[in-house]
Amino acid sequence: MATDTQAAVATAPGPGPRRRRGGIRSNENLAGWLFVTPVIAILGLFLLLPILMALWVSLTDWNGQGSPFTGDVPFVGAHNYTQLFTEDGLARRDFMTSIRNNIYYVTIVVPTQTVLALGLALIVNNRMLKGKSFFRSAFYFPSVTSSVAISVVFLFLFANSGAVNALLGVVGIDGPEWFADSRGVLHLLLGVVGVDSPPAALADGGPFGLTWWDWLAGPSVAMISIITLVVWTTSGTFMLMFLAGLQNVPVTLDEASTLDGASRWQRFRHVTLPLLRPTTFLVLTLGMIGSWQVFDQVYVMSQGDPAKTTLTPAYLSYRTAFRDFDYGSGAAISFVLFLIIIVLTVIQRRALAERDTDRPRRGWWRRRVPERS
Amino acid sequence: MAVLTDRPAAAPARRDERAARTLATRFLGYATLVFFGLVFLYPFVIQIGNSLKTEPDAAANPLSPFPDPLTLAGFERIFAGTNFPLWLGNSLLVTVLVTVGRVFFDSLAGYALARLRFRGRSGLFAAVIAVMAVPGVVLLIPKFLVLNQLGIYNSYAGLVVPLLADAAGVFIMKQFFESIPVSVEEAARIDGASIFRTFWSVVLPMAKPALITLTILSFQGSWNEFPHSLVSVQDPDLFTLPRGLADLVSGSLGSGTQYPLKLGAALLATIPVAIIFVVFQRYFVRDANDGSDKG
Repeated sequence: MATDTQAAVATAPGPGPRRRRGGIRSNENLAGWLFVTPVIAILGLFLLLPILMALWVSLTDWNGQGSPFTGDVPFVGAHNYTQLFTEDGLARRDFMTSIRNNIYYVTIVVPTQTVLALGLALIVNNRMLKGKSFFRSAFYFPSVTSSVAISVVFLFLFANSGAVNALLGVVGIDGPEWFADSRGVLHLLLGVVGVDSPPAALADGGPFGLTWWDWLAGPSVAMISIITLVVWTTSGTFMLMFLAGLQNVPVTLDEASTLDGASRWQRFRHVTLPLLRPTTFLVLTLGMIGSWQVFDQVYVMSQGDPAKTTLTPAYLSYRTAFRDFDYGSGAAISFVLFLIIIVLTVIQRRALAERDTDRPRRGWWRRRVPERS
Repeated sequence: MAVLTDRPAAAPARRDERAARTLATRFLGYATLVFFGLVFLYPFVIQIGNSLKTEPDAAANPLSPFPDPLTLAGFERIFAGTNFPLWLGNSLLVTVLVTVGRVFFDSLAGYALARLRFRGRSGLFAAVIAVMAVPGVVLLIPKFLVLNQLGIYNSYAGLVVPLLADAAGVFIMKQFFESIPVSVEEAARIDGASIFRTFWSVVLPMAKPALITLTILSFQGSWNEFPHSLVSVQDPDLFTLPRGLADLVSGSLGSGTQYPLKLGAALLATIPVAIIFVVFQRYFVRDANDGSDKG
């Protein structure tokens, strides 16, 4: 990664005797540690230590009473984890339901927000249009506002007599009761062709205690409204990343291919898109990392209802700990989620490291998106 | 475009055709811009409009931005019938303390990591980068455990202290300090200024752009912060705005949906960030681009 190489360059002993002037540099060791102490203390206390403590709690049956670090708390070993994966029961069913919900959530949110963000960036990057900076801000504005406040607005938009249903009514569609409808959209589509109940093969078995029919439900109608909200709030951020990537596409390349007679689509497909590949990869992985963490919206809008179809691992871990007082299971769910996200992060870092060795990066403060392009 | 003028003049007919096509694409471009502009801004218009409506009006005409009749009843009830003023006060207090703390501590650490030669520096920087990857939501239970253990659960300290430093801010400051020429500090140091003095009165004033960025990001982040307040306090007297808002929505109001009131409260919570955004737009944009490199 570029930052690592930069750090390496900065820490490498400088050439020549200039660096070794003991007089001025001698107290830097002490000062250096003093300067970083507050940050280390806070990050250590509230980031590192908690992870270790939670790892311990995930191996116990702590119910929130007293301290989890006394001998009175029953140690259960890996039981909280096996409960989630191998033992038949409510814990596994809820956990697997939340995993299913989140998989559908990721598979819809990530491609949609990426395509939308790229589309918006291409429009806003168009040299012929005026007033783009206004629209750029408009698209980005939802990303900076409070997720809770926005969720309140979308609760109203998707209310039974809300704006979305009013809009659907204009084109003659009778909108659903968004937050009361637990039907999966894939089930609904099958219903259209007359398949309303599962074929025997799908109704019986299935991995991890859910039937195949359940796994294949698709996101519920309620989940669709949360998905809409998230795509709407995150596209602006990713649009800015694509915009930064587009600024790196040399204009001459575009013009040369125009002269060669390439059509607009051909230029996009064979010139712009390949050059945007690092940005696209970044947007996709950041999107996935973010999508596995969806919490605020679920908390405010649905609390996992209806029929657990908006339950996500992040919300389930919170609910298990703070509502059912089963802190051990809650912490175990957190760790499984942690693992998923760490894997995604590592993939992303790897790919970025490869990209950065090709193109040494410049200082972060340098403007990559001019005010007027 | 320069390239076009360099080419031999095209036949007038072809030029007309091209002009027509340009006009068509331009029209299409504006149409798309306006369409998405509406998609991204109209929810806020609806929010403002409906917060000024009566409840039956909001239920009957949710799409209309114009209240009929216009009423401030929703806002009156926000201030008279909810704990909104209390939440507002808590949010202000937390945001100010967190922002001041972050800007100070992050620049101290950023400066040390960029400039001071001390043992373990590169390892420390790697750790800061690694910490940036820790996902917030998996820390909900862990944070609660630590706050509980430290005895600051359910207090202002629990609300503020864990947010006083953030790895991303340290990173931003370090990157900026590295861009300042070393000669400036060396002059000050040779003149006999202490390290802290050099940092405080020579280097920090030069870092104004980075400090503004960090201030704005910290303000926006701590003003909107929700999950942390969820696991650090339980006492309604310590609720911040997002927490109070979430509480309001989940039905602490009693009867009815009361959408005008809820939308109004959400609007009031959005306004400070909206103002900051409009005034300091370029700092937000800068951050988002930074994200693409930060990794």
